[in-house]
Formats: sequence, structure tokens, C-alpha cells
Amino acid sequence: MLTVYIMGKGYRVPEGLTIMKAMEYAGYRLVRGCGCRGGYCGACATVYRLPGDYRLYADLACQTTVQDGMYIAQLPSTPAERADYQLSQVAPRGEALLALYPELARCVACNTCTRSCPQKLEVMDAVQAALRGDIRQVAELTFDCVQCGLCAMRCPAEIAHYHVWQLARRLCGAYLTPRAQHLARRVAEVESGAFDAELDRLMGMGKDELAKAYQARDIEP
Amino acid sequence: MKRIPYFPGCAMKDQARDYERAAQAALAALGCELVELPRWNCCGTVYSLANDDLMRHVGPVRNLIRVQDMGEDRVLTLCAMCYGTLRRSARFVAADPERLSRINAFMSDEHDYRGGVEVLHLLGLLRDVVGYENLASKVVRPLTGVRAAPYYGCTLVRPREVGVDNPDQPEVFERVLSALGAEVAEFPYKVECCGAYLTVGAPAIVAGRVRDIVASAAANGADLIVTSCPLCQFNLEARRPGIGPRLPVAYLGQLLAWALGADACLPPEAEALIQGTTPAAAGAQQR
Repeated sequence: MLTVYIMGKGYRVPEGLTIMKAMEYAGYRLVRGCGCRGGYCGACATVYRLPGDYRLYADLACQTTVQDGMYIAQLPSTPAERADYQLSQVAPRGEALLALYPELARCVACNTCTRSCPQKLEVMDAVQAALRGDIRQVAELTFDCVQCGLCAMRCPAEIAHYHVWQLARRLCGAYLTPRAQHLARRVAEVESGAFDAELDRLMGMGKDELAKAYQARDIEP
Repeated sequence: MKRIPYFPGCAMKDQARDYERAAQAALAALGCELVELPRWNCCGTVYSLANDDLMRHVGPVRNLIRVQDMGEDRVLTLCAMCYGTLRRSARFVAADPERLSRINAFMSDEHDYRGGVEVLHLLGLLRDVVGYENLASKVVRPLTGVRAAPYYGCTLVRPREVGVDNPDQPEVFERVLSALGAEVAEFPYKVECCGAYLTVGAPAIVAGRVRDIVASAAANGADLIVTSCPLCQFNLEARRPGIGPRLPVAYLGQLLAWALGADACLPPEAEALIQGTTPAAAGAQQR
């Protein structure tokens, strides 16, 4: 057993638990700040300090195991405004990101965002790429962003990074990446009714039959 | 090939791409290979005059650390603004070890900056590393007959302690243009400020300054203005008056590339002027 401090109160919890499970062990019922439990959804942004260490660490509660003496606080949501835009009306030019998120220009390259990223992304490099209008580079650097918001909570320039990244990836996907030809073919197939009979058959199944069919479905290796 | 560590700055990757491409081609013709820093961030754009706000110096110093991490002790810029900001920050931390140690302590994710990285501008490189005579000997398309006005603007020459040359009577730009075969149009506004970032909030002020700068260059016989700063270039082009002389504006790197027979990426107006003026242009077109 070890001791952790959750929102300022000490608890004895077993070794080896994730922060999320330790909180539940301590009696918390998580209705926010908890999602996929697999490190993908970014809902469980958490900050903590360790005894004798001035650093403020940031991580996902579902991916980080507790350490003795850990001081833990959750950040279940990040207040941040997403710019209002119609993707079809935004040209994929360098100034697009700055026009919608002008606070990007306040970056002083302190690198705090990078240090706070649980995904270990080069967040500051992405801000810098955004400043120089390199949308593709932003999209590549932030591909693994889970939008937990920790960078945005730590940034002294008050940038809401993950909203910018989302715009960059959308612009990259919509304008800068070659169109997938097979998609158009598949849409045409769907529209021609190639799958209608199969769908009708599924719609006609009872619950048990459907469950059986689901269990027996083809799964990619 | 001489390898020269190179800090592009944001504008070279966006508005001033042609300057970068031309300068790279030109320097390759001079036997210099620009090696872009593997990672870099904005220089800081406007140098912070606040001595006690060290956070504003983190960005520039981080770039100097990137140079140090390459095992190099000098870095080239093409942009006059980046040149001024990086060079001033280098001096700022060199002047006070206490400041430097605080900045280093804050940047615990980087190697400590030890000091000593020299920031060069393209003009300084041409003067000190390439040399005027050597440069002149490499010219294959001399800019004969082109009357070029060298426009320094502010950050290349001011403040004095970081300037590439004397702030009141600089000559490096003139010497380089002469080496390329151009006629130099001396004009009194060559070190006046173009208005810089007022172009965003008060474009009328910039338009007034640009009108004076262009009129002065024209009155002194220039038919082309040469810049080394993306912001000066933008202001001189976009804020030119609708009436009176509208001189073409080109980057130093573009004239350099033209004269050295490399891909110059000149703006159309400047290209037309050079095509129509230089005797070598006709021959070059046939090649």
C-alpha cells in the first residue's frame, strides 16, 4: 500500500493501480474526467507532483500508475473556445490558422506545452509550424493528439492548441492530402443499392440472432 | 562546399519563399551550402526591450542552443528582422551571466547555452566570408545598367552594436550590388524605417513613409529598390502610392541569384526591368 493525495486528501491505495483506479479505490465515482480508460479519448487529464520534486507533471489518469506521496488533481475539462468556421470556406493557406487563432502569435517558445503533453508530442514545434503557415507539418506533428487540453491549461500565451491542431488536420485532410479514389467507388456502390439486401437481412433479425451474427463477424487480423 | 548553419525564420517559409529559394541557389553558386537548423522556432520577431522579462528571450536563445547542438558557432539569417533579434538576444545574455543562468535554468529541457554563437546576415557573409572580389569574379550575368537602390531599413544597421555596418553611412549593400555589376543609386532614405508593423494597425502611416522612401530612391536615379527584410519588402510593395514613381522591389537574394546565373525567382516587375536593361539578359534567355 502507498499513500496518495487526491484533491488534497490522503488515501492509502494498493501499489500498481492507475491514478484513475486509485481514485475509484478511494471512493470517487467518476462521472467526468473519465472516458475510454485506454489512453485514446483524452478525458482524464491529470496533474500531479511528487514529494521532493518541484516539477508539475501532467498525464492521463488512465495511463499513469500511482507513486507513493503523489499529489493529484484532475482537470476534467479545459475551458477553451473553438473558432467558428466553415471548413469549405477556409483556404488551406498559411495565414488560415493565425486568422482564426491569432493568439498563436503570442508564443514565446517556452516549451511548457511540450513538457505537459501526455502523448509526448512536440507541441511547441507544432505551434511554430503553425506560425510559419506549415499546415501539413502541424497535422503531422499533432496526429496523435488526444485533445486532453493539458497544453492549453499550461500555456502562458493562453493558446488553445488542440483546437488549432484540429483545424490544421481538417485542412490537411480536406485540401492537402490526395483524395482516396476507392472512397468514391464505395459511395457509388452504396448508392447503387449493392448493400441493401444485406442491410434488410440484418434489420430483420431478432436480438439473439443479431448477437450471434455479431460474435461470428469477420474481424481484421 | 562550405557548410553554413542557417536559421530561416517564419517568413522564409511563407511570404518570402522566393527570397529563400533564390538565396540558397545563389549561395550554392558561391560554394556555400545552407544547412537549415533541424529544429527552430520564431526568433521572437520584435526584440524585447524589457530587461527584466527574460521570458521574451527564451525563444531566441533556444535557437542559439540549436546552433550549439549542431556543433557550430555561427548561424546565417536572410531576414534582417531575425538577424537583429537573434543578434541582440545573443548580446543580451552575453552581457550578464546571471540572466543567462536564469534562462538556462528555465529551459531545463535543453542543453545550457554556453554563449559564443555568432549571428550573421547574408550581407555580412558576402563581405566577410565570400569577399567582394571573389563575388564579382563569380558573376555570369552582370546587372549592368540596372540602377539599384539598396534599402537597409532599420534592423540591419541599428542599434550600432549589432548592426551589420555603420548605422548612418553603411556601405556593405552598395559594395555587394556593385560587385554584381549594378549601378548603385545612393539615396538619403536608405536607413529610414519603412513603418514596420504599423502596416497592420495604421497602414496610412506606413504608406506615407513608403511614399517618401520610394520618391527619394526615384529622385536619385534608382529604377529598382533592393531589400533584405520580408516586412520592408511587403511594405514597399503593398503600400506603394498609387501615383508617382512605383519602383519594382526585389530581395537581395534574388539579384544575387540572377547575377550568379541561378534561379532568381524575381517578382515580375523586377524581372521585366532587369530583362529590359541588362545586355546579358538577352543572351541568358537564349541559353
